[in-house]
Amino acid sequence: MKDEDKTLQSPFRRRFLQGSTALAAGSALPFALTSANSWAQSSGGQPRTLTMLAWYGHAEPDIAAEFEAKYNCKVKPKYYTGGDNMLALISQSPAGTYDLILSDAEYVPQLRKAGYLERLDAKDYAFDDYFPEFQKFPGHWDGNDLYAVMVRFGFLGVAYNTEAVPESKARSFKVYWDPAYKGKVGHFDWYLPNMGEISLYAGHKAPYKLEKEQFAKLKGVMKSLRPQVAGFFDYGGTFSGLKNGQLQLVCGIGDWITGTLARSGAKVSSVVPDEGGLQWTESLSIGKGTRNPDLAKAFIQYISSAQGQVKSAKMAAYPALIPNRKGWELLGQSDPAEARRQGMVLQGHNVMDDIRSGKITFRQLPVQQSIEDWNDFWSEYKEKA
Amino acid sequence: MSNTSRRRWPLLLPPLLWQLTFFLLPLLFLFVISFWSVVNFRLEPDMTLKNWDFMLSRSSFWSAYGHTWSLALGAAVVTTCCSFPAACSLAFTVSERTRKLALMFLVVPFFTSYLVRVYSWQAFLADNGIVNALLAVVGIDGLPMLNSDFGSLVGYVTLALPLVTLVQTMGLAQIDRNLIEAAHNLRAGPVRTLFEVIIPLAKPSLVVGALFAFILAFGDFVAPTYLGGGAPPTLSNLIIDTTKSGQQWPRAAVVAIVMILTLVLTSIAAVRLAYGRRK
Repeated sequence: MKDEDKTLQSPFRRRFLQGSTALAAGSALPFALTSANSWAQSSGGQPRTLTMLAWYGHAEPDIAAEFEAKYNCKVKPKYYTGGDNMLALISQSPAGTYDLILSDAEYVPQLRKAGYLERLDAKDYAFDDYFPEFQKFPGHWDGNDLYAVMVRFGFLGVAYNTEAVPESKARSFKVYWDPAYKGKVGHFDWYLPNMGEISLYAGHKAPYKLEKEQFAKLKGVMKSLRPQVAGFFDYGGTFSGLKNGQLQLVCGIGDWITGTLARSGAKVSSVVPDEGGLQWTESLSIGKGTRNPDLAKAFIQYISSAQGQVKSAKMAAYPALIPNRKGWELLGQSDPAEARRQGMVLQGHNVMDDIRSGKITFRQLPVQQSIEDWNDFWSEYKEKA
Repeated sequence: MSNTSRRRWPLLLPPLLWQLTFFLLPLLFLFVISFWSVVNFRLEPDMTLKNWDFMLSRSSFWSAYGHTWSLALGAAVVTTCCSFPAACSLAFTVSERTRKLALMFLVVPFFTSYLVRVYSWQAFLADNGIVNALLAVVGIDGLPMLNSDFGSLVGYVTLALPLVTLVQTMGLAQIDRNLIEAAHNLRAGPVRTLFEVIIPLAKPSLVVGALFAFILAFGDFVAPTYLGGGAPPTLSNLIIDTTKSGQQWPRAAVVAIVMILTLVLTSIAAVRLAYGRRK
């Protein structure tokens, strides 16, 4: 088959199969997946290696095993914690080290400008199945050129201990200042979500686009919170602090931590407060100089398909919301409890309503100030109670 | 060069190569990148003093420096004081066999990851943890221990105590017992014997033990993060923050070099104190 013919025929066959998926759970994957066996055989049956730079969990068996079996390959991850860590790993590695790069959406433009990403063909991916809000996600496109496919997202708001903090109080960032929780408020140790949340509380509709006076105001509001704060914690510290009850409120996180804890029975939850919440977004790109472009593309197709999206929503490492509407349908059929818990229900109030009401703002890098300006203040803030 | 010296050279070569490869060259690289720049999240070779100027002019750096110094000093003092009674017992009151057995047990904590040991302390030090539960039994209100300097100190002591006890025990065991008996014969009481005979004679091991505790605490990242709550930051925390801040490895290198210089100077002072002649 000629290349042009493949290009013309693949999307149709893929969409047809994906439509079937929504009706019969687990019955099909995109075209690329159905042809996996023959592909593996044609490559002599030798397992191939697909390298992936990602947050923890994206190459674990609950996500990648099915793909590995179908494609006779092994997804080899290099896990990182935080966008800067990711940038460090990429910048220190030769081109082609990572076939796939999973990044937080705000870092995609940086990666693109630095020349770390291959251009993608939008026709290869099931954007028609995505909610319209996510089909042209900011920063993923440079004009008409696509560089990243959004695969999951989540909200950041107030994370709280359900036995110690009533939900009615958690519905405002003001709860962080409540004297009843002095010394029980923790920060996830990353300036970006914390300062973004407090910026929302300070009344900034665009929490990362601050004029000089607004930035000064943000600093003032944050300093007033400092006496309430127990400490600054990484993923493990936040996890254990919430679990052992040492922390009753945590700023800068959401269901991606509390949802995981709640699965193990911890009395914790997250809520998007009335002042609004932030959205974190994870997207997949193909690394510049990859030696496995087809396999990398197939993985993005797999994880952005309805069935892959269900896996992603329920990822063992940390759950997330998914942008694929057909993924919502499939999740509603296969695990209605989880669909309800995460607010991904097509009937009634759902998370898309929060986005459409303007309550949610995308997390992004500082616009008017430099990253260093924000991080310097973060260090200063940590210094003194 | 004598035949003996010539024969020794091949034996010295492996440690020299090791130090050159895994200590001197990385140290040199660390020093060099402190003068580099970061452009678009990428390290670019350069020769600028702006990283030094930036870090050394920050109040947050000096606060972290002072905090790290005082915590490490506190860890050295507390660990030395906690280890000394155990070391004295092992050196003077138990049989040779028991001492060897005890010394072997002192190594056992190193079989478990330090991170795991620090995490397990959270169960003891949390507000609703084991220690506060026991205090409640005797009518004492709960004490805030986790996410404080006290928590950090507990972590440092956990890290350094076995090593310091080993060093002290070895030093005390080498004290000439005749000198202690002579002090008793001259009617020196136990306290006077301790302060005027045993401690002066054991000074090198006490100082070296304290120095180990200081060094381990000064560079430790785990205890201040998981038991100290990461605030106020220590220099190790500051290195993490700095690398998170737009990939500023050159600025982190400045912090690391200042830490190394501090430890070198402290070590020189400690060695002089330990082995300096008494007037």
